[in-house]
Amino acid sequence: MNGIDLVLRALHHGESRLADELTAVADRHRADHEVHHVATDLAHWSHEHTRRLADTAHDRGLNLDDRPAPLDDPPEPAPLLLLYDLRDLHLRAARNSLHWEMLAQVAQATRDDALLALASACHPQTLRQMRWTNTMIKNLSPQALTSL
Amino acid sequence: MDASVDRIARPWGGRTPYGRHEPWPVRVDTFLAAGVDPAAVRRWVQTASVLHSDGDAMDIAVVDGRMAGVRGRAGDRVNHGRLGPKDLFGWQANASADRLTRPLVREGGRLVECDWATATERIAARSRELLDERGPGSIGFYTTGQLFLEEYYTLAVLARAGIGTSHLDGNTRLCTATAAEALKESFGCDGQPGSYDDLDHADAIALFGHNIAETQPVQWMRILDRLEGADQPRIVCVDPRPTPVARRATVHLAPRPGTNLALLNALLHEIIRTDRVDHDYIEAHTVGFEELATRVKDSTPEWAAGICDVPAALLREAAEILGTAERLLSTVLQGVYQSHQATAAAVQVNNLHLIRGMLGRPGAGVLQMNGQPTAQNTRECGADGDLPGFRNWQNDSHVADLAKVWNVDPSTIPHYAPPTHAMQMFRYAEQGSIRMLWISGTNPAVSLPELSRIRSILAQDRLFVVVQDLFLTETAQLADVVLPAATWGEKTGTFTNADRTVHLSDQAVDPPGEAKPDLEIFLDYAARMDFRDKDGGPLITWHDPESAFEAWKRCSAGRPCDYTGLTYDRLRGGSGIQWPCTEQSPDGTERLYTDGITWAHPDLCESYGKDLITGATDDVVEYRSLNPDGKAVIKAAGYLPPHEAPDDDHPFQLTTGRTLYHFHTRTKTARAPQLNAAAPDVWVEASASDAAALGLDEGDLVEVTTPRGAMRGRLRVTDIRPGLLFVPFHYGYWDTEAGHGPDGDTPGRAANETTTTDWDPASKQPLFKTAAAVLRRVERGDGRYAPAPTTTASAPARADAAPATTGGPSALATESPESPDATGDSRSHGEDAR
Repeated sequence: MNGIDLVLRALHHGESRLADELTAVADRHRADHEVHHVATDLAHWSHEHTRRLADTAHDRGLNLDDRPAPLDDPPEPAPLLLLYDLRDLHLRAARNSLHWEMLAQVAQATRDDALLALASACHPQTLRQMRWTNTMIKNLSPQALTSL
Repeated sequence: MDASVDRIARPWGGRTPYGRHEPWPVRVDTFLAAGVDPAAVRRWVQTASVLHSDGDAMDIAVVDGRMAGVRGRAGDRVNHGRLGPKDLFGWQANASADRLTRPLVREGGRLVECDWATATERIAARSRELLDERGPGSIGFYTTGQLFLEEYYTLAVLARAGIGTSHLDGNTRLCTATAAEALKESFGCDGQPGSYDDLDHADAIALFGHNIAETQPVQWMRILDRLEGADQPRIVCVDPRPTPVARRATVHLAPRPGTNLALLNALLHEIIRTDRVDHDYIEAHTVGFEELATRVKDSTPEWAAGICDVPAALLREAAEILGTAERLLSTVLQGVYQSHQATAAAVQVNNLHLIRGMLGRPGAGVLQMNGQPTAQNTRECGADGDLPGFRNWQNDSHVADLAKVWNVDPSTIPHYAPPTHAMQMFRYAEQGSIRMLWISGTNPAVSLPELSRIRSILAQDRLFVVVQDLFLTETAQLADVVLPAATWGEKTGTFTNADRTVHLSDQAVDPPGEAKPDLEIFLDYAARMDFRDKDGGPLITWHDPESAFEAWKRCSAGRPCDYTGLTYDRLRGGSGIQWPCTEQSPDGTERLYTDGITWAHPDLCESYGKDLITGATDDVVEYRSLNPDGKAVIKAAGYLPPHEAPDDDHPFQLTTGRTLYHFHTRTKTARAPQLNAAAPDVWVEASASDAAALGLDEGDLVEVTTPRGAMRGRLRVTDIRPGLLFVPFHYGYWDTEAGHGPDGDTPGRAANETTTTDWDPASKQPLFKTAAAVLRRVERGDGRYAPAPTTTASAPARADAAPATTGGPSALATESPESPDATGDSRSHGEDAR
């Protein structure tokens, strides 16, 4: 198993999915003009990422077009499983972070001091959780992915 | 008239009282082997001590090509002639009959002698094979705090730019990683702020988890001398054991292990509450004070009293001393560094000094200590988890600068992630991604936590283990290749103590048999591997200690640890010199931060900092917005309970530690008869109330068990805090039937059979101070007693429980108030030796 191929597949799949999602959001929210336009612009980024990933893979003899993304299935080796879990933790934390953002905003809009205090106390720790998972992935990836 | 003193019975010798702001009087300590007439010693060779971090300057007496004794150097700034027990007696280990004298390779499961070419070619061949098949990440180097600067630097270059691996760390990870991390967090950069001379000027000295009497006995002599002189300092001691420091302290706090951060937050709370704060200093030189004030707002002494099990009134008394000191010196060591929330707690000591403006003036300073003699060099040279010269791995211009020094492309030097720390390297070896581990000058099969795991990692067939050492240690017994190394006194080089004092250590005698200096071994490997720079020239251009030192000077130029003003000639003859030492400061630098904070600017700093709780690294953008002007960073942290707490099955807390008479895994000190006799075997300490409750008494053979494993030793009942057990970590198996680990006939003896695999998230230093354990009797003592010293923190609670530790006639050393000027100039003698 080649670590680089594995991540290329996962990224290709993920960027492609994100491009689709952004396009779908832009479609669903045509009347929210800024969201529509920016989401469309950002979808281009992800499309472009997908294309460049495919080109890069092609140059390395790897066809990314129709294979499922292996990183979405639990991988076997422990180092890879750890990266996979850290990635999922990070995504969950990111989701929570955005919800904290929403809560803080609605708290301000409704002048709900108790809610705002709650969000202000907890959200920074959610961001620290994200920094931790990011640091761990940064530190552990080189060894995990070069030793497959 | 010279006094003769049994320096086992009286480890700190006689007193030379002196008053505050006065110079510490000279006392020259000398120990010569039996039958050696001082007048017959024609050659004294300059060096400094290597069995702790103090850097006591000494001369080795050489008679007929053999070491015959040692003498303190009167003119040195560190020790003013004094030597500790390990300095006086430890040198005898060099001449042990069981020194390794020939390389060994594993053949058919057994280690057999061979020549150097066979051993080193086997290492080079395996390296090439792994580089071809698996890449540089499959090779790791685990070094020490006991080689010389020139050796670490060479190792750092060959590992980081030659092999191109991230996996190079020292056992300094176990001893001084938190000191380095705490300095980086607070000051943006490693570098000891204070100086030992601060002991002469302080009116209050606070020792946090630092049993200086046993770890740096010569500086304890200095404190004892001040305690006997005019205008004595007040002493605050934080230690759960009844150490010699605790017994002399004005206030002794004996907290529950694992609660240092709560204790320190309460002390800071009191100091801020009483406004004993230097607001001008804070304004001029720091960021982050408000966050600290908010964080400790509710950390009252009453709150901490519940967590730490220390009376609130005592915490207030300590805060009173810290808050009213005119010149405060604080020191920190393993009681903080190897304990829960290590970096967060060590940083609070820095904060204490920052908010009180107690830095950069005589007597006002912080000493974040080291354990080992040359740990400072492991850090500086990048042989631990840092880049050489305190360069920042996250700062591309620092990496480019290093690449220029080495004449390699910056991408040659792995800097996409922090250099791998030792505990992670062993994890990679466990998982099989590291396939070769080269261990120099350290004994992880005794010193790392959870030994059954470490042994199983080292014993794997797929892991090629190289061990470079003086003796067939427990670790060497598990190796595939063993290289016999020369040691202190048998080779030349420099090293730097805990207060940045650089000493030269000249070769006094020849190494035994075919043993070679570590530098030669590394240079030979680099030559075999044919490491090249980007122009095709040799990567490593030096060939001996002095040329290696000159190469290091180029690497250190313009960095905080600047050595460019030093030469071997300048270091020969006089006193050690403190870095930075440059053309502008040719006599070195006594204190850092005398005029503000100098290395914390975003473009200069060694680190952008970490989250003290999670260990997550900050990036330059965050750091720049927090600290655009490069001030000291006051970092606050909240207390978290230790990860392992006592319960019904494991009702005790267990801490491991050290004793005055031994160093590390006793490879040298057990081979010095006086030191070995003072503490010949492992023991277990428990409090009088706990012993009584379990019906145990002095000398009972007891077993200490944790979820990881068990060890046995005889019980010493002491005044240690109730609920806590202590076991010294020095003892392993090389002097047992079993050899390298416990077996059917040899029960566990090493403290680390029991310790947990857990480390501080910021410094990555393993925790040895917080495990939960159960204690049971194996057999009654029946009049026997524990083989523990009575002169130290291990003193029995009942004075007559064990005979007093003495050394007898073989431990008599002389103490003289005079400098031995008849033989004083060792410059010429030193050169003779080379």
